[in-house]
Amino acid sequence: MTVELGHFALVLALLVAIVQGTVPLHGAARGSEPLMAVGRTAALAQFLLVLLAFLSLMNAYVQSDFSVLNVAQNSHSAKPLLYKIAGTWGNHEGSMLLWVLILALFGAALALFGSGLPQALKARALGVQAWVGVGFYLFILLTSNPFARLDPPPLDGQGLNPLLQDPGLAFHPPFLYLGYVGFSMAYAFAVAALIGGRVDPGWARWVRPWTLAAWIFLTIGIVLGSWWAYYELGWGGWWYWDPVENASLIPWLAGTALLHSAIVVEKRDALKGWTVFLALVTFGCSLLGTFLVRSGVLTSVHAFAQDPARGVFILLLLLLFAGGGFVLFAWRGPRLAGGGLFRPISREGSLLFNNLVLSVAAATVLLGTLYPLLLESMGGGKVSVGPPFFNRIFVPLMLPLIAAMAIGPMLAWKRGDLGQAMKRLMVAAGAALVATAAVSAILGSIEPAGVLGLALAAWLLAGTLAELAQRIRLFAVPLAESLRRLKGVPLGAWGMTLAHAGFALMIAGMTGSQVWRQEATLLMQPGEAVAFAGFEVGFDGVAAVPGPNYIAERGRFTIRDGKRVIAQLEPEKRRYPVEGRETTEAAIRTTAWGDLYLAVGDARDDGGRVVRLYFNPLMLWLWFGAAVMVAGGGLSVLDRRLRLGAPKRVRTGAVPAAARS
Amino acid sequence: MADRRAFAARLIGALLAVLLLAPLLATTASAVEPDEIAADPAIEARARAISKGLRCLVCQNESIDESNAELARDLRLLVRQRLQAGDSDQAVTAYIVSRYGDFVLLDPPFKAATYALWLGPLAITAFAFGFVFVFYRRRAGRSEAAPLSEDDERRLAKLIDRNDP
Repeated sequence: MTVELGHFALVLALLVAIVQGTVPLHGAARGSEPLMAVGRTAALAQFLLVLLAFLSLMNAYVQSDFSVLNVAQNSHSAKPLLYKIAGTWGNHEGSMLLWVLILALFGAALALFGSGLPQALKARALGVQAWVGVGFYLFILLTSNPFARLDPPPLDGQGLNPLLQDPGLAFHPPFLYLGYVGFSMAYAFAVAALIGGRVDPGWARWVRPWTLAAWIFLTIGIVLGSWWAYYELGWGGWWYWDPVENASLIPWLAGTALLHSAIVVEKRDALKGWTVFLALVTFGCSLLGTFLVRSGVLTSVHAFAQDPARGVFILLLLLLFAGGGFVLFAWRGPRLAGGGLFRPISREGSLLFNNLVLSVAAATVLLGTLYPLLLESMGGGKVSVGPPFFNRIFVPLMLPLIAAMAIGPMLAWKRGDLGQAMKRLMVAAGAALVATAAVSAILGSIEPAGVLGLALAAWLLAGTLAELAQRIRLFAVPLAESLRRLKGVPLGAWGMTLAHAGFALMIAGMTGSQVWRQEATLLMQPGEAVAFAGFEVGFDGVAAVPGPNYIAERGRFTIRDGKRVIAQLEPEKRRYPVEGRETTEAAIRTTAWGDLYLAVGDARDDGGRVVRLYFNPLMLWLWFGAAVMVAGGGLSVLDRRLRLGAPKRVRTGAVPAAARS
Repeated sequence: MADRRAFAARLIGALLAVLLLAPLLATTASAVEPDEIAADPAIEARARAISKGLRCLVCQNESIDESNAELARDLRLLVRQRLQAGDSDQAVTAYIVSRYGDFVLLDPPFKAATYALWLGPLAITAFAFGFVFVFYRRRAGRSEAAPLSEDDERRLAKLIDRNDP
């Protein structure tokens, strides 16, 4: 299979997308079923064509076809197969091809699984999706062609940045893109609803699973990136407030807000305009993230596109899609008002508070990320906006949100009773106090930030479990009855419980690893041992170990706890001769209590080695909590009421969602 | 050999001090090399705190405390030199800003060029709360009609009277 075939398929996909962007929309306006049905066929055809294009490029990578410019620049024959495959998206052109592949995948999924949707809504959503596709196909074909040939072909390629040759990072971009691009579904539904002039609980039920899916993928993508930074960059940190990280955090914050406001639309038919607006904003943030990373406007290790033409093109797409959405919203949005009324102290009120805080947080991170760019472009000089700024602004914003997270689910819809909710949360308050006392007693000192963080984590975890206990009326009715109720708890409710509990665990992990971290930088001789964080770390020596396309210097450390050997750790320093670069591979001993983290540095003339030691308390809780949170999202997607649109369900007359709460 | 032992002993002493002080520092990681560490643990701790707020100018988005770059190392040594010479923390930072400009500060200063940055979050928060406040006020107006004024009561009574057969 030659790449020309892929190139041709991509051009065809563009043409199909133009058809998909016009005929179904026209059909929806005229109420013509055959015209609307074109959307479905076109979406499937579009996906198959882009898949063909993508596979032809991937094939060139696997075959190491260095007559393709993109492959020659970013691959090497000695690379392991996994990184040849991952190399397909480890560069600007290929990653944009992955972007449109995922876009087409979501379109095809909507065409296949959305058969229960109102036909006009579906036709319009597919049409809007197709226009996003048209924009990005043009971007690829005009500015970032991955299929360009190189004549004469070189004997071998230039290799892939070794930092990217890692399992965590091989799968980081696809998940991130599944998230970014997944929010295009929310956008397409929002624009379709604005065109159609109708937003109702049914609409929210269609939008939620797509938004949830995108949110899950984005969460996985961000966590994979963070995890990678943790074990690969060799400093033991996991979040740097790097502009590229922020570019993924901003849509995550907006998307999380969207998930919660869509609940209000679904259950209470309120906050409709706001939810549609958030859907536009969330995808706008995703496009902005794509722009920031792809344009190279932020000079950072991630931004490998340095061609300004590309930046301008994406900026135009961003203005067109986000701006167009907002104009449409300004024109049609006012019609969406109305819906159920509620008091500030109520379930809706708490969800609105969630939206308030998350939106402010997203806007603030956006401001901090763009400020240096804006200031410089206006001739105001150069400033840096680093972690101190973000921590100072972001952490105080999150505190009330976490405090309210336990209370919100306890409040009734429409009009809640705060006193009653607080009474039920006595357990949670107790848990927070116990956590505070226990931590202070164990450490023998009070560290205000740490105590506050752990108390909030305990409060949220206990509060979330208390909500579940109340739902099954634990201890209020016989245990057997409670168990029966437990079986009846809808998956969506389990999803909330798990997601909130997972977030509580993450807070504990963040707090522990930030507040009580211990670190040491030493010069160690082979045979030497040091006491560190309650361990005895013995340095046995360094050996050269060949890898598939690198040479590793592998340090060997024996970790003792008293006299007993508890672990052998082998951190590496790898040198990739093709790319002429080095990477560190930290060795980590993980326990629930904390990570012992070792990185080995350069050799000194006297045979000694620079060794970096870290002890990151509760680190596992952060990763485990993230996994629990993602699992919660997954359960929520599986909730039956979100699948009511599936054809079988509709025909057999499933229980209306309104009957459940 | 004895020299090296003495050096190692001093080093471990310094490190222990750093370890004890570590929880006091808002932590990120370090690329400080062992031979840079100041003999006086108090000065070392201050140097670490200052380093975390200074940008490595040749890297992107790394503090000099984290960076492996040569320039970062020079700056780390410079910070320690100034501290050993008796400068206050502020004086050291001011000295480095005077050489490299505000760009070197990861924690941007509060001045004309950054008013919008520092006050922006407050303005955004105020705006958002105002928005929600107006939202509730408007809806409260819709849900619970305000009690009728005396005038309205009288007019209503008249209307009802008029409609009475």
